[in-house]
Amino acid sequence: MTTATAEAKTLTINMGPQHPSTHGVLRVELEVEGETVVKATPIIGYLHTGIEKTMESKLYYKAAPCTDRMDYLAPMSNNLGYALAVEKLMDIDVPDKVKWARVCLAELTRLNSHLVWLGTHALDLGAMSMVLYAMRDRESVVDIYEACGGQRMMTTYIRIGGLADDLPKDFDKRVRNTLKQIKAGIADYETLLKENQIFINRTKDVAVISAEDAINWSLSGPMLRGSGIARDLRKDAPYSGYENFDFKVCIGEKGDAYDRYRLRIEEMNESIKIIEQALDGMPEGPSRAHVPGVVLPPKLDVLEKMESMIFHFKIITHGFDAPVGGVYQGIESPKGELGFYIAGDGTNMPRRIRVRPPSFINLASLPKLCEGQMLSDVVCAIGSIDIVLGEVDR
Amino acid sequence: MTTNASQHRDLIHRFVTETFGQYVLSHDDFRGDLSLYIKAEGLIPICEAFLEDDSLQVHFLADLTVVDWLDTERGDEHGRFEVVYNLWSMRHNYRFFLKVFLPDTEPRVASLTDLWQGANWMEREAYDLFGIDFVGHPNLEKILTPDDLDGFPLRKDFPLTYEVPHFTWNKDQPPEVIR
Repeated sequence: MTTATAEAKTLTINMGPQHPSTHGVLRVELEVEGETVVKATPIIGYLHTGIEKTMESKLYYKAAPCTDRMDYLAPMSNNLGYALAVEKLMDIDVPDKVKWARVCLAELTRLNSHLVWLGTHALDLGAMSMVLYAMRDRESVVDIYEACGGQRMMTTYIRIGGLADDLPKDFDKRVRNTLKQIKAGIADYETLLKENQIFINRTKDVAVISAEDAINWSLSGPMLRGSGIARDLRKDAPYSGYENFDFKVCIGEKGDAYDRYRLRIEEMNESIKIIEQALDGMPEGPSRAHVPGVVLPPKLDVLEKMESMIFHFKIITHGFDAPVGGVYQGIESPKGELGFYIAGDGTNMPRRIRVRPPSFINLASLPKLCEGQMLSDVVCAIGSIDIVLGEVDR
Repeated sequence: MTTNASQHRDLIHRFVTETFGQYVLSHDDFRGDLSLYIKAEGLIPICEAFLEDDSLQVHFLADLTVVDWLDTERGDEHGRFEVVYNLWSMRHNYRFFLKVFLPDTEPRVASLTDLWQGANWMEREAYDLFGIDFVGHPNLEKILTPDDLDGFPLRKDFPLTYEVPHFTWNKDQPPEVIR
């Protein structure tokens, strides 16, 4: 017995791709010694659809619906990132109303994504009822999507140069009702989790990453801020008028899973503040920029004015020619820095659309988070990264 | 570009051109973003200097991507593949790009994995989809595409294909790929 143990010390086990706590088709190859993880290798690609290639073979306008199929829990953030990047490439500016509405929708998306994260993360760690409450509150956000874009998940509401359509008439009332519900909801979640000894034991000092390591691993979003680095693109490189809003960037201290949980809850509170400011200051104006030949004219004009009709036809059939050169636009999506690098080549189709997927780059740090920890902590580590496999694999 | 951003741009530009002028080919400011075009051999020294420097704190590699300029003027002039390094100054909150052009045959550039752990998966993805060889990468393997897929799908000469699905009425026919 004494000699045999040296050889068969570690055991390799597979977690996923159909494991409920891997949030999709993620496979992790774990080498364990007893209950301790010696080596973890995430294996991805099961959901790879070549969405970047698909986008590169479409007109700029028609690539937009591909974006919300990546991070399907934060569709409006993806739409926003893509729209901003193309607007930067084409050098067009959008009306204030559009900016305000976009901020409002992007923050609603943050609530949506964080609520799903909170529910599923707590479910992974044994707090079964959380997911029901979180999904209940998330439902009201999805209802707002439906009122805006007609779709509950694949919205494609934020388009190049503006919004697909004007905001619904009762938008203000709907959003305020939702915020009231989510505010009450967050207070409830606090009583369920904040003092919950089981939840605390499973998240405190688990999946720790230091500030230097977080930077070195190119982490972003709550993963980076949880380690105490206040990098938030809404503050550091403001886009879509975020410089006009008053909010604070929440940071953690130790960089463990509990810090990231506290941080996301605080971020939800900040999001609610931003949405309220956006609703209070929502300017009047058109819901689309007036850039003939690039942005679709309003539908009523297409029916009544000949020029609009021509431009509409031209954009739908030929699109617009982009200049030669590459632009990058990063936004702070719920999961981290979501960026679009778009290279135009003088034709009506993009030469390259690169999505900087926050989940993909954050997931790369999984071995760092769980090596040397207990096997059960792997579930907590995956959950606290907050991944969406649609975005990881694209 | 705000005044702050233009100051930061000048700082970065000076930092690179003063010490590493021999590696810098050119630069541009397309849509207000600074891009420095450098020779492939200059990549490691420049990035090492960024990591050691505390006045700019360019410590964050935000992204790495490749653009395939096959059959374009730009590609013919500089090289087919453009590797884009997206860097971020932690002190000044300023983003800029290092760009390296690589030739059509044996595109090869040094790996940044020794400097940034985050480069590991980004380079694997670029290898998988474009076939760029990152010299010195500890584990340069496929990451997204299936193991039995030949070729590099995001290259412009890799066609979009459609595989005809098999149903009961065509299950005996050989697999057909429409290009």
